[in-house]
Amino acid sequence: MQVSDLSVARGGVPVLSGVSFALAPGEALVLRGPNGAGKTTLLRCIAGLQEPLSGRIEGAEDRVAYAAHADGLKAMLTVRENLSFWAQVFGMSDLSPALDGYALRPLADRLAGTLSAGQKRRLGLARLLVTGRPIWVLDEPTVSLDADAVALFGSVLRGHLAAGGSALMATHIDLGVEAQVLDVSAYRAAPDADLGASDAAFL
Amino acid sequence: MRALLLRDLRLALRAGGGFGLGLAFFLIVVMLVPFSVGPEAQLLQAIAPGVLWLGALLACLLSLDRLLALDLEDGSLELLLTAPLPLEGALAVKALAHWLTTGLPLVLAAPFLGVMLQLAAPGHLWLLISLALGTPALSVIGTFGAALTVGIKRGGLLLSLLVLPLYIPTLIFGAEVARRGAAGLDASTPLLMLAGLTLAVVALMPFAAAAVLRMGLR
Amino acid sequence: MSLWQYANPVKFLALSARVQPALWALAAVFTGVGLLWGFFGTPDDARQGSTVKIIYLHVPAALMAINAWFMMLVASLIWLIRRHHVSALAAKAAAPVGLVMTLIALVTGAIWGQPMWGTWWAWDPRLTSFLILFLFYLGYIALWQAVEDPDTAADLTSVLCLVGSVFAVLSRYAVQFWNQGLHQGTSIPVATGNRSVADVFFYPLVMAMLGFGLLFLALVVYRTGTEIRLRRTSALRARMNRGA
Repeated sequence: MQVSDLSVARGGVPVLSGVSFALAPGEALVLRGPNGAGKTTLLRCIAGLQEPLSGRIEGAEDRVAYAAHADGLKAMLTVRENLSFWAQVFGMSDLSPALDGYALRPLADRLAGTLSAGQKRRLGLARLLVTGRPIWVLDEPTVSLDADAVALFGSVLRGHLAAGGSALMATHIDLGVEAQVLDVSAYRAAPDADLGASDAAFL
Repeated sequence: MRALLLRDLRLALRAGGGFGLGLAFFLIVVMLVPFSVGPEAQLLQAIAPGVLWLGALLACLLSLDRLLALDLEDGSLELLLTAPLPLEGALAVKALAHWLTTGLPLVLAAPFLGVMLQLAAPGHLWLLISLALGTPALSVIGTFGAALTVGIKRGGLLLSLLVLPLYIPTLIFGAEVARRGAAGLDASTPLLMLAGLTLAVVALMPFAAAAVLRMGLR
Repeated sequence: MSLWQYANPVKFLALSARVQPALWALAAVFTGVGLLWGFFGTPDDARQGSTVKIIYLHVPAALMAINAWFMMLVASLIWLIRRHHVSALAAKAAAPVGLVMTLIALVTGAIWGQPMWGTWWAWDPRLTSFLILFLFYLGYIALWQAVEDPDTAADLTSVLCLVGSVFAVLSRYAVQFWNQGLHQGTSIPVATGNRSVADVFFYPLVMAMLGFGLLFLALVVYRTGTEIRLRRTSALRARMNRGA
């Protein structure tokens, strides 16, 4: 996946400009930067949930699995039903890597609504494995995970990278995975930069 | 698509899914009518088709604000956008699930409630036919309204304000079929209009709904 | 030099500042002359007496109520296709004006209807259609106010305007169908559009219609300017906050 000269806006105001990086199979890239720097906005653009102001994103379409703060779980469905729904949506059928990878098998028949926050998060991350998509785009994946669960996530991530997948993450935690680091604050957009933001015509 | 339909149906049927609420609402509305206009059989008979149609329409409206708002809250709507499903199809499926869990039970219950309102004998069949033809349009138009208001906090009231005017043609033709049927008149003209309206709406509205949903979530 | 250059907010403001005085003056002259001529310079109708004179408010308001929606439809299409901000804001600015025009048409219709039809309100197809139009205006304005992001609001209201237009036309025909189904052969004389109006009534009516059209234009230009300044303020503010 190749990102070149990307500018993104939040609420009509440009936040990042000129972001460029490449992500090869087997590689991980960690986004760093203070709160409000535009990490989430950048990830949403790459996941296709938001239009960038300018620039190009190549090789991401239909290859990205996105996970953000909300896990997309239905409280009244069991763990297995939640996973199998997303597996079917993405045209996959094998749930066992997801159940095993995050130690969810003992919980498989519990309703998702009865899980603890950390367990829900594990289920949310397990969803990535049933999408079959090679590029993981993760926004703060380790929120509400304890040390053991972070280790689980780290090992699943290593397996994903070893199998030729790649990952783009916004996280502050060291996952024990070899990753490049991109500090987005270097790309902070000048407040008056004319990047074609929606309200620029009014200036 | 099938997975989405099954998931929505399963969610509706599980505890807290709200299945049956629309039906109960329909029953209550119909029960309140004699209290408000008096128990006179002749009067009830005259207004029965209209009251039943109005009750069904309001019951359909009731569950619309859950149609997409719940999926937005737990994040599955955004994840669906990144999934390889066409959004138009996903919304059509959600409208179908809404109809199966809300519209269809109303259709089946209407003739029984018609008895309570002294609906004339031939009217039951026509009421059933008109509701069966008209309620899918209500679900699809409602899905458009839900997509339009999905990003808005406390959009429930706004949803009603936007959707109800769009329901007018369906209500007019649907209630006209039921009324003419109950009066023993030829109902084929409004029936054809109703069927045409429903087909057009089912064919086109998912596209409009998908368009506004993409705009609203961007 | 093309018309589209005025789609730039700044250029639009400059132009509107230049034309507004003339626009307001013309609107005042045509509306004033039309109404005064109509009220005081025309004879009473043989059948309707002096009540007929409400026509000089009723018909122009009704005309502009429909034309305002039509203008919003065109502006919405321009926004969706070419994404000119002025277009979206003009549609937003026109909606309350159209709403008030609809309200005037409904109220004057009721006041006129009372002595003529013996009732304040009849479920006549035309009247009912205007009530539906009123609801569409309400929904449109409410949606503008409910959506926080201005561009998203413009997108959503534009689609609502398109879909609403289709349903408004559908409703119009459905209502005609429904009313005939209810009471066949109504004898209510609906607004003068169907009848030929005598010349003595006609010219002041045309004046008033032109006047209302100009008034609508002036109000929309003025309100669009206000909306543009609002957007400009918030755009500047957003940048100041980020710069700080």
